[in-house]
Amino acid sequence: MQKTMLIDTSRCIGCRACQAACKQWNQLPAEKTEFRGSYENPARFSSITWTKIVFREHEENGKVRWLFAKQGCMHCTEAACIKVCPANAIYRTEFGTVKIDPQRCIGCNYCAANCTYQVIGFDQAANVARKCTFCHDRIANGKEPACAKTCPTGAITYGERADLTALAQQRAAELQKAGYSEANVYGIEELNGLGMIYVLQERPAAYGLLENPRIRLSTVVWDYIFKPVRILVVIAAFFALWVNRGESKKESA
Amino acid sequence: MTNHWIDYRNSDVLMNIGGNTAENHPISMKWIEEARRKRGAKLIVVDPRFTRTAAVADLHVPIRPGTNIAFLGGLIRYILENELYQEEYVKYYTNASYLLREDFAWDEETALFSGAEEDRPDKPVKYDKSSWDYRRDGDGNVIKDPTLQHPDCVFQVMKRFYAMYTLETVSKITGCDPQLLEECYKLYGSTGEPGKAGNMMYAMGITQFTHGAQNVRAIGIVQLLLGNMGIPGGGVNAQRGQSNVQGSTDMAILYHIIPGYLGAPKAATHPTLADYLEKETPQTSYWSNKPKFLVSLLKAFYGDHATPENDFCYDFLPKLDHRDHSHIGMYKYMGEGEVEGMICWADNPAVTGPSAAAKRNYQSKLKWLVAVDIFENETASFWKKEAGSNPEEIQTEVFLLPATCSFERDGTKANSGRWIQWQWKAQDPPGECKSDLQIVYELFKKLQETYAADPNAVFPDPITRMKWDYEDDLEPGKVDIVKVCAELNGYNCADGSLLLNFTQLQDDGSTACGNWIYSGYYNSYEDPPCRRRIKEKEGIGTNPNWAFAWPLNRRIVYNRCSADPAGNPWNPELPLVWWEDGAWKTNDVPDFNATVPPEETAEAPYIMTPELQGRLFSSQPADGPLPLHFEPAESPVPNLLYPKATFNPVSQRWYDNLASSEEDRQKFPYIMTTYRITEHYQSGIVTRNMPWLNELMPELFVEIDPELAEKLGINDGDEVMVESKRLNSGSGIVARACITNRLRPFNVNGSRLHVVGMPFHWGYCGLAKGAITNDLSPSVGDANTTIPEYKAFLCNIRRVE
Repeated sequence: MQKTMLIDTSRCIGCRACQAACKQWNQLPAEKTEFRGSYENPARFSSITWTKIVFREHEENGKVRWLFAKQGCMHCTEAACIKVCPANAIYRTEFGTVKIDPQRCIGCNYCAANCTYQVIGFDQAANVARKCTFCHDRIANGKEPACAKTCPTGAITYGERADLTALAQQRAAELQKAGYSEANVYGIEELNGLGMIYVLQERPAAYGLLENPRIRLSTVVWDYIFKPVRILVVIAAFFALWVNRGESKKESA
Repeated sequence: MTNHWIDYRNSDVLMNIGGNTAENHPISMKWIEEARRKRGAKLIVVDPRFTRTAAVADLHVPIRPGTNIAFLGGLIRYILENELYQEEYVKYYTNASYLLREDFAWDEETALFSGAEEDRPDKPVKYDKSSWDYRRDGDGNVIKDPTLQHPDCVFQVMKRFYAMYTLETVSKITGCDPQLLEECYKLYGSTGEPGKAGNMMYAMGITQFTHGAQNVRAIGIVQLLLGNMGIPGGGVNAQRGQSNVQGSTDMAILYHIIPGYLGAPKAATHPTLADYLEKETPQTSYWSNKPKFLVSLLKAFYGDHATPENDFCYDFLPKLDHRDHSHIGMYKYMGEGEVEGMICWADNPAVTGPSAAAKRNYQSKLKWLVAVDIFENETASFWKKEAGSNPEEIQTEVFLLPATCSFERDGTKANSGRWIQWQWKAQDPPGECKSDLQIVYELFKKLQETYAADPNAVFPDPITRMKWDYEDDLEPGKVDIVKVCAELNGYNCADGSLLLNFTQLQDDGSTACGNWIYSGYYNSYEDPPCRRRIKEKEGIGTNPNWAFAWPLNRRIVYNRCSADPAGNPWNPELPLVWWEDGAWKTNDVPDFNATVPPEETAEAPYIMTPELQGRLFSSQPADGPLPLHFEPAESPVPNLLYPKATFNPVSQRWYDNLASSEEDRQKFPYIMTTYRITEHYQSGIVTRNMPWLNELMPELFVEIDPELAEKLGINDGDEVMVESKRLNSGSGIVARACITNRLRPFNVNGSRLHVVGMPFHWGYCGLAKGAITNDLSPSVGDANTTIPEYKAFLCNIRRVE
């Protein structure tokens, strides 16, 4: 049962209700931002900004295009974060989505550094990595994610991967027929399938999406060489914590 | 709206003109998307800016701010010249065939119609409208030419009137490419085919001009010519900018009307009830029932005190005097020290009023000011240092009453589609916050006590005799909203039983009704229609069992027009009303007498106009029976079509601070247009107190096209000083630069004109602060409605060093 979201950019109006709904449901505080010349804000993903609409303007044959695409964790099948996490704190859920277990996270930040889409934030105060949970608490209770629930135009559809793949291809074909010759589907092939499938009117790069995303070689190497001994790393980490504990005891005494 | 939101899904072509539906009414896009997907509908956006709506549109048509009538006049001409109009509709359902009086004329130099009163130098033009009328025979009947060939019939007059609005001329005025104009006209004109539906949706980008009402008229004319009125997917659809602003106008929160769109009585012309009823009741149309509406309203106001002998207490109604009671007028008098106190309820004119800086100054002339809002707003704190005031110098006593937000109270909202929907309270309000209804209830009760106790009170009766019996039976001191609903719905005075709807109203004092158009919305205590929540399973989207739409739960008004004169629907796939087997079948509440065969109503589908037909030509507006192009009050160019005209000559000249001289135009060379954005709301006092929304749109910004930015050396994110004739010589306001291709310079008859745009959501209160855009805007308004011209005025910008 692979849960997926279909993001149809041809229906997105850039209203950012999804962005506000994500903050509200997950009770994420607002960031202090400033106007930098674009409607897009905050500037980057962080431990308190898990999704945002990316705004891109460009001009072609004298015609302006203004593109909107909701972006955030892609819940990749081939997920770099899962591969590099030394503490097994990042895992694939029963819904096929990717989730960080904050109890197990040791705050090494490897996942954020290796994330293909640069969407994992690091919470320094709590010393844990944070990102979109695919509203695990909602979907586990039979509800759609907050962003999909709030979208006024139906640009975000939540459902089964197989259904949404077919729907995405059908929508892209409709767009091509309507004159968008570049219309395409993104997220079926990429990294063996993303948890977010996009219907795009233009090439992925026009939306700031990586074309042919690849997991970095270093990530792969880390995965192959160190995975067998990952448990040792965790033991080392616990050892370090234990040592620290002794130190802090001294301090409080 | 003549139609409603869900009905958008039935449109074939949608034109969003002077509105920004994706940004300001996001939910509309759900239905527009459905129309596009299921019907192959096309969306046209006519807007100076490439907005988020333009980003998802099929066609974006940029026109210079303030040139809507030139654009629409061009469309009218294109429809007439290319015979795209729906002929049968125009013949039967409009006044196209009516002959006009011989002395009706207009001047192509001055843009004045016949009847302009002369010898009023320096004053707005006033018209004697007697020549704006139909030609009549000896019996007083209008002379018509059903062939539409007579040179003096409305149809032929319109052809001549709009002949000047050629693609080339319209292009020179609007700055829009003529090929693009033609593509747009052709696409929208295609809805003139019977069975096709074109939807015109607009908002403040149509109304906020010195010629705003005429902009709306021009839209109405286009829709009548194309047969788009009264049909599913069609309509003249005013998209309201607030979830209950429709309700507030229904309840007459405007100075020129009393509840139910009855004209406010005037001291000079309506001293007695008989005067009012005689002068304001037409012989034909449903308005011939006006005496029933007014007498029932007076019964609701004054209860048993209102009797036939005392004219149902008509004398108690306040009457309009010679002064202008519009927003601009009221603040002008305030500035002159003529206003003692002000109650400012859920309103924040210190941010949203035109020339707001001056307005805040005028408020210091008030003895007292009561502000009712959910947060402390700029209007209530005009005396503070943050407002640039010196508190020591201001004597005004200010009261701030904390209100509830909509989720903290029961009540109804009327949406743009006239659907009155009950909303249940979700939680208790914090602290001492009270609902608006509770506040007004207590306030008026106190007033009654005060007047009753004062032996020297002057004319206390209108207050002491007002029926004010809304006290909750179980909770003393609390207002019972159901009692208010019952009064609005109407009841029999004898036994208090609820009326079914307004067809039961009487003019003899036996019925009471607080607002005739709402009658029927709460006609049962057990199952009030406004609380109904049954979604339509199949049908054409009218959802008759979801809430209540005024009037009479009618979802699409003038719906007789959805069928041809013989009663066959123009579009058989979307039948609204149709004649079958000797009877009318309906998918909506008929807006005509459905007990008679189609022939009897074939020439009377518009039951609210005296002609009973749609008015292509109308003598109602103060500024002319046909819309013509005027420049905005502040314009960088002369009026190309009417060389001796500038802006609307009928519009009131309030202050001498409009940029109108050549020197002014050089000093303020750019066109400013102001607007809202999705992330903030109106004066921003609600949304700027919401950190999540401030994160999305943290600061005031000014949108500038790249060519102008380069010329002025401005980069993205720079601080920019913006000045206008109201705020100049270094005292302008500062905003962040947003350099974007979404704005383009306009080539207007050889001049290259730059438009800059600013939202108006910021102020000096709340969690996110910023300059007040409306400090720049001019206090000049529409000739009919007095709505200020926020959408086009002149400014200058420069980089802050």
